[in-house]
Amino acid sequence: MKLLFVDDEKAFLDTLIKRLEKREFKADAVYDGQSAINFLSEHTNTDVVVLDVKMPGMDGLETLQVIKNENPLVEVIMLTGHATVQNAIEGMKRGAFDYLMKPCNLEELIAKIEEAATKKFKHEEKIMEARAKEITGRMV
Amino acid sequence: MHKPIADRKEFYQVLTRNIRIRILLVSIIPMMLTLGILCWRFHLAYSEKISAHIGELVLKHTQNIDTFLKEKLGNIRYLSRQLSVTEPEMAQQFLTSQLSELKDEYGDVFTDLGLVDSEGIQVAYEGPFRLVNADYSEATWFLKAIDSPYYISDVFAGLRGHPHFILAVKLSAQGRTYILRSTINFTTFNSLVENVQIGRTGTAFIVNAQGQLQTHPRPRSGTIEIVPSFIADPTIFKDKQSLILKHENDQGNTYLYALALFKTVDWRMVFRQDTGDALRNMWKAEVLTLIIFLLGCTAIVSVSFTLSKNLVKRIAMTDQKNEAMNQQVVESGKLATIGELAAGIAHEINNPVAIMVEEAGWMSDLLEEETGMTPDNRSEFHRAIEQIATQGRRCKDITHKLLSFARKSDATEADIDINDTIREIVELTAQMARYNNVTISTRLAPDLPFIRFSPSELQQVILNLTNNAIDAMGKDGGTVEIITDINTQDNNMIEIKVDDNGPGIPAQYLDRVFDPFFTTKAVGKGTGLGLSICYGIIQKMGGTIEVESHMGQGTCFLIRLPLNARKTANPSTSNNTSNNL
Repeated sequence: MKLLFVDDEKAFLDTLIKRLEKREFKADAVYDGQSAINFLSEHTNTDVVVLDVKMPGMDGLETLQVIKNENPLVEVIMLTGHATVQNAIEGMKRGAFDYLMKPCNLEELIAKIEEAATKKFKHEEKIMEARAKEITGRMV
Repeated sequence: MHKPIADRKEFYQVLTRNIRIRILLVSIIPMMLTLGILCWRFHLAYSEKISAHIGELVLKHTQNIDTFLKEKLGNIRYLSRQLSVTEPEMAQQFLTSQLSELKDEYGDVFTDLGLVDSEGIQVAYEGPFRLVNADYSEATWFLKAIDSPYYISDVFAGLRGHPHFILAVKLSAQGRTYILRSTINFTTFNSLVENVQIGRTGTAFIVNAQGQLQTHPRPRSGTIEIVPSFIADPTIFKDKQSLILKHENDQGNTYLYALALFKTVDWRMVFRQDTGDALRNMWKAEVLTLIIFLLGCTAIVSVSFTLSKNLVKRIAMTDQKNEAMNQQVVESGKLATIGELAAGIAHEINNPVAIMVEEAGWMSDLLEEETGMTPDNRSEFHRAIEQIATQGRRCKDITHKLLSFARKSDATEADIDINDTIREIVELTAQMARYNNVTISTRLAPDLPFIRFSPSELQQVILNLTNNAIDAMGKDGGTVEIITDINTQDNNMIEIKVDDNGPGIPAQYLDRVFDPFFTTKAVGKGTGLGLSICYGIIQKMGGTIEVESHMGQGTCFLIRLPLNARKTANPSTSNNTSNNL
């Protein structure tokens, strides 16, 4: 499972990544929206993106829009403060998997990430099956 | 426009006075004029009426008495023509029979009859006294009577010791001159005059040419002290038969006199009345009018006092309410500003808190390792604890800034450094600006003089302006520059500019931006109070705020504050409004 974290708060993100690595998760960190989009275009095998809603430059919603356009299969979890819950809900309408309120409990975050990853794998399986059917269908 | 209530005391006093004066002017002056003119005209008319009335009365009575005298004189003259015999016995008989006839005819008018020869000896007499052979040769009436065809004497006591007057007619009989005389009963004659009575003091009397009384004035009119000398003055009549004049005697009483001349005798009819008495009804009316006028004045004055007082009280109350409303508007505007801030602040606090939570989590993760405290872990611990402390301080700063702002706005003034205030606001809004891709820069003139200003109000003004600028630029971002400067040409004004390069304000809105409740923001986003509150605050401080904007180029708000910016109120000793937020 490959993870990408996007948040402008570097100190927060670095510690979070350390903690996840201790729990055997492989995660990368970028600090703004544009970098996230660049990163995803290079690493297309990313499964779940954890995305902060409020960031200078491209904010969470804009970034989400681009990510979903370019990598429709990637699941996105939004991180939000009180003031931006509305934005997170908007994000879910636009295809985000779920949202979490900062500061968030690590276990919860991990649970959400796993749910999202599971959903993605199932999704991919279905796509694989469909492809397989198509191929077998052609072979028959 | 916006003075504190305390300063308006004087203004209210002036207002009260003005209202009062106006009420008094428009009500009392017309009333006075109307009443004055009416009273004056009434006075004239009434006086004329009274004078005319008295004049007529006197004339009428004069004529009556004239007629009476003429008649009596006619009677005696008739008798004198009848008398042809002059022997004393015969004459005596004639007189006796004639007197009884006259008494039958006229009652008690004729007291007696007498025949006096040219020597002044009464040769025959009929009457209540024994006056045969009385010698009248020295008597004034006799001397006068002997010189004229007939004569009416003045009233005198004469030989009899009680007042009477004599009618005398000269006659010739048997070549000798006689005088037929008759004494007229004074009482009867007097009653003729006494009956002329008007009011309490009006009285009539007759004087002769020397001004001596011929009749008794009415007893209750007070004695006619001395008949004023002018009555005897023959020139006052100037060919008129009667005249009316006022005269003041030595005691200071004014009397109204009506005089008339008799035709038959050189007497004057005098009617005298105290002016006060004569014009009593007029005085009554005038006093009543005056009382009503005074009552009216009292009413008007009291109404003007209470009305103006109440009006001004109302105005003052309304002003106070307004003041309170303004306060509330400022407060609510402030709340709106804080609401906008809160979003940014919450996020800002969220981040350090999230970091602390993660660091603490990281530490507990490390503690769970079985390896114990490796040097690596130890330094990790140090770093994490450092980080927690740092972020804690960051939280504290943020909350302090917010709290200092959220304090109830007080208009307490203090000597403040504008630059410091601006720096605080910039720190406060920097984060919000950063999320909106706006950079806030400052260009602050060093060594600005301190000015007296309420710090929290100035913060509010600057914060409102920067927030507006940030909101206006939306997602595209831009720059806001806050500049302070001293304008030495413009008699030492401090200038604060908040200049952005946003989309600008449409020209048609430019003169409405300071109106309360005018907003171009979406419903629920803006209250439309921010700028109007700024305007109010700056105005109150004696400064000005202007806006200049060009579409597509940006907007610049310019605040000018006088260096001695202070309200007119006594600066209250500032209760440590902390300047170091």
